Amino acid sequence: MTDTTRAHPWMANSAPGAMQAMLDEIGATSAAEVFEQIPQDHFRTTPLDLPPTLSSEIELKRDLVSKLKKNADCETNLSFLGAGVWQHHVPAIVDEIVGRTEFATNVWGSYQSDHGRNQAWFEFSSQLGALLNLDVVQLPVYSWGCAIGHAVRMAQRITGRSKVIVSQLSDPERLSVLKTYCQPSAMESHIDVVMVAADPTTGRMDLNDLHAKLGSDVAAVYFENPAYLGTIETEAAEIAHLTRAAGAETIVGVDPVSLGVMTAPGDYGADIVTGPVQPLGVHMQCGGGVGGFIASRDEEKYVLEYNGFLVSIVETLEPGQVGFGLACPHQNSYGSREHGKDWTGNSTYLWAIAGAVYMSLLGPEGFRELGNLIVSRARYAAKCLSEVPGIKIVWPDTTFKEFVVNFDGTGKTVAEINDLLRAQGIFGGKDISGEDNALGQSALYCVTEVHTAADIRTLAETLKEVLS
Amino acid sequence: MTRIPEFRAAKWNEPVVMEMGRPGARGQLFPTPEDEVNEAVGTDLIPGGMARKDRPELPEITEFEAQRHYLHLSQMTLGMMGISLFGTCTMKYNSKTAEYATLRPELAEVHPYQHPDTLQGVLEIIHDFDSILRSLSGMDQFIFQAGGGADAAYTMTAVARAYWQDRGMLGQRTEMVTSVQAHPCNPATAAAAGFKVVNLPLEENGYPSLDALKAAVSEKTALIMINNPDDMGIYNPEIKEWVKVAKEAGALCFYDHANFNGVMGKLSARELGFDACMFMLHKTFGAPKAGGGPAVGAYGCTDALAPYLPCPVVVKEGDRYILDEDRPKSAGKVREFWGNVPQVVKAYAWSRAMGADGIELASDISVVANNYMDKKLGEIPGLEISNPSLDIHRMEMTRWSLGPLTEETGVSTVDFANRMADYGIDPYWMSHEPWIVAEPFTPEAGELWSKEDIDTWIGVIAQIAEEARTDPDMVKTAPHNQAIAQVRGDAFEDPARWAMTWRAYQRKIRGASKAEDVA
Repeated sequence: MTDTTRAHPWMANSAPGAMQAMLDEIGATSAAEVFEQIPQDHFRTTPLDLPPTLSSEIELKRDLVSKLKKNADCETNLSFLGAGVWQHHVPAIVDEIVGRTEFATNVWGSYQSDHGRNQAWFEFSSQLGALLNLDVVQLPVYSWGCAIGHAVRMAQRITGRSKVIVSQLSDPERLSVLKTYCQPSAMESHIDVVMVAADPTTGRMDLNDLHAKLGSDVAAVYFENPAYLGTIETEAAEIAHLTRAAGAETIVGVDPVSLGVMTAPGDYGADIVTGPVQPLGVHMQCGGGVGGFIASRDEEKYVLEYNGFLVSIVETLEPGQVGFGLACPHQNSYGSREHGKDWTGNSTYLWAIAGAVYMSLLGPEGFRELGNLIVSRARYAAKCLSEVPGIKIVWPDTTFKEFVVNFDGTGKTVAEINDLLRAQGIFGGKDISGEDNALGQSALYCVTEVHTAADIRTLAETLKEVLS
Repeated sequence: MTRIPEFRAAKWNEPVVMEMGRPGARGQLFPTPEDEVNEAVGTDLIPGGMARKDRPELPEITEFEAQRHYLHLSQMTLGMMGISLFGTCTMKYNSKTAEYATLRPELAEVHPYQHPDTLQGVLEIIHDFDSILRSLSGMDQFIFQAGGGADAAYTMTAVARAYWQDRGMLGQRTEMVTSVQAHPCNPATAAAAGFKVVNLPLEENGYPSLDALKAAVSEKTALIMINNPDDMGIYNPEIKEWVKVAKEAGALCFYDHANFNGVMGKLSARELGFDACMFMLHKTFGAPKAGGGPAVGAYGCTDALAPYLPCPVVVKEGDRYILDEDRPKSAGKVREFWGNVPQVVKAYAWSRAMGADGIELASDISVVANNYMDKKLGEIPGLEISNPSLDIHRMEMTRWSLGPLTEETGVSTVDFANRMADYGIDPYWMSHEPWIVAEPFTPEAGELWSKEDIDTWIGVIAQIAEEARTDPDMVKTAPHNQAIAQVRGDAFEDPARWAMTWRAYQRKIRGASKAEDVA
């Protein structure tokens, strides 16, 4: 039970006498009196049934830590899970900065009082713009899937058309979000999500099928580079060309950590670009680290359709000085309610600060080294695994950090194999055998800069052991 | 005599990071691939001409320079480290104990696709917190996928679509009814979900009339979305009748519990008749909002709506916790994965540290303190409470107007807010759109701030009101003690001058000034 005679450390006016002093000042005899607006028959009749209070920090910490310790994590174990959340190195400085109480605060802030925060936001957009070779980057939305959803709805408003083409081999998680954003078919403003076939030999978009489906009713074509199953889309410029010829918008999804070694989407004809922010210095946090960006060229056609917060650098009243604030604020739903461009709310802006710090630490050479390290080790992993009897790499030599491993030749299911690996302290790749991909018993493996060559050999050797 | 803070913000004249550094400087090195890796895979691994040829124009700075730069930026951010009675957002202490717990690898380095056997700790916390919210609301099931209050409202619209689709009535139930002063996220998400929005106007007493509601709901109404109390601090005493009327028309009833702080432990959404509700964990439940997320809109509903929830749902089976993905009637996901899990852990921590008694006390304090604040604000000439004819104690926040002061001095609520920053006092929240009182501001006293903090805050408000009379130009050109001078707003709507990245700025502003130099 709470000791009600002790003041609560988080409530100044729980100290003896403080409430009474305020009640005296307002001329009320009791706290109950100030709730006069609520009719008596509205008050709840069931008493609260909450677990015992953890009054002290000591007890609270013990409870949290003892529960969390029941988890097994990817530092103690060797994990090859990716598919929307990836294990990347988070520089210590990033943790320090996002942990600063001025940033990890409760308040929304203002242009005048929170200038530093606003500058950090602008620096996120500026550095990501340099990686994408695009001039407009919005502050991140809830997730990559949400970014795709908003981008597709932008394309619908821009073109007046209501069909989007996506790859047959899309991530089911992001696809589910996109379909939510596109509304059920019974709704008037519904957007059709049409699947284009994948080339079975490469995993890339089948351009013949794309061409056949790219009618005058298509608002946008969406593809990822690298794609959900890790493949690099080499025909990106051709897809953008075909899409533009059909009067539709090219929407691309990119992994920002690939951009030190992969061509910027702004250079192959992308109109709107989306992607995840979690790889840019945000811990996985059981999926709680996700966020998604949206970017485009600086054309009114696009800028006037953004749903969220666009931070612009501007002058202040002092000559030569710059500050930051929100451009086009009236078009979002805070400004225009149901008449705004789509909708927005609190999002994942702390991760914009994480991303700003991360990108400033890496610089151009850091991104190049990182991209090269990831693709080298991922290819090495694919090669090592391909030497394990019964294992086949589905699309070798065409991937960035993720790749599909097929286990049909082992006589075991991915679920069985992952159970065997887990007993050895290894989290195998995501089981994609239940997905609509005709890939049999396959798993999506992810290798990043945190995986050493020795880790990769451990994986291959353990697989050999458990499969023999 | 109230002490007025003397404040001077850190002013570093900090360059934009894009201007910093020197060629070749490094802030983070990566290992080179091992020899065995290079020998096995070779170089030039990016296929088909997709290899990047240009060098991204990023800054080149040292690790220390990055640390110092971003520390400087944090020092030029007030971030409620003054006094912030920021209404509609409920300022709270954000427990560092909880924050540090979530930074441990047992949560920070955990992947949502791990086998549930390896996630029992975090699943237990989510399950236990679900139980806490069930008790506070009377609902039967909560999920945490929504990344904020607006996303929880969106979740409601998605659940409503699935509910009506399941009954073959989505083509008929096409309207959402709300109040003109409901948070913008309610009409905006409903519209984005494909519903027609019906807005009810406010009456003299501060809320829409029951008759207006009766006229608005029909066999076309899919749902109503309503908050109570509202941002004026007014509680709609007819809310039970509202729910009854809406339900008689067949509509679903959603309680936007954004303004839960004043009624925690006092009201149950279920007992009032609602089918679903949402709580903002980054606000009411002590998790940091972080200037705009990561946040959580915890969405809860009755068993009747639970089949339509986005997946996954955390379920306890025996003594094990599992993720239920097999829900054929699910509305589909509103976001990837299970939600902002660390924020859920922090909200769980807040609830456990407060306990039932602490939560009820917090709502008492927040409403009493707000009324104390109202009384003190009412003593300052030039300020006017919204709905001035209502002689009632407001709830946990109150909408005020600077209208009389603005008429007298020309100093607007925006000017006033700018000047607050000069005293190290976080500028107040003004109002969501539409502004239904002139020159609005919306303070909320909350349970965090001491009576002395509130007195200081009031003292600063009184001081600025006085300055508005004696030196209005000084107030209008504020801030003067901040990191930067007042931001000029004229470029924000000007395509020729807005610049959302350094690239765009270089092209537009620097490019233009270079052209002038040549001329």
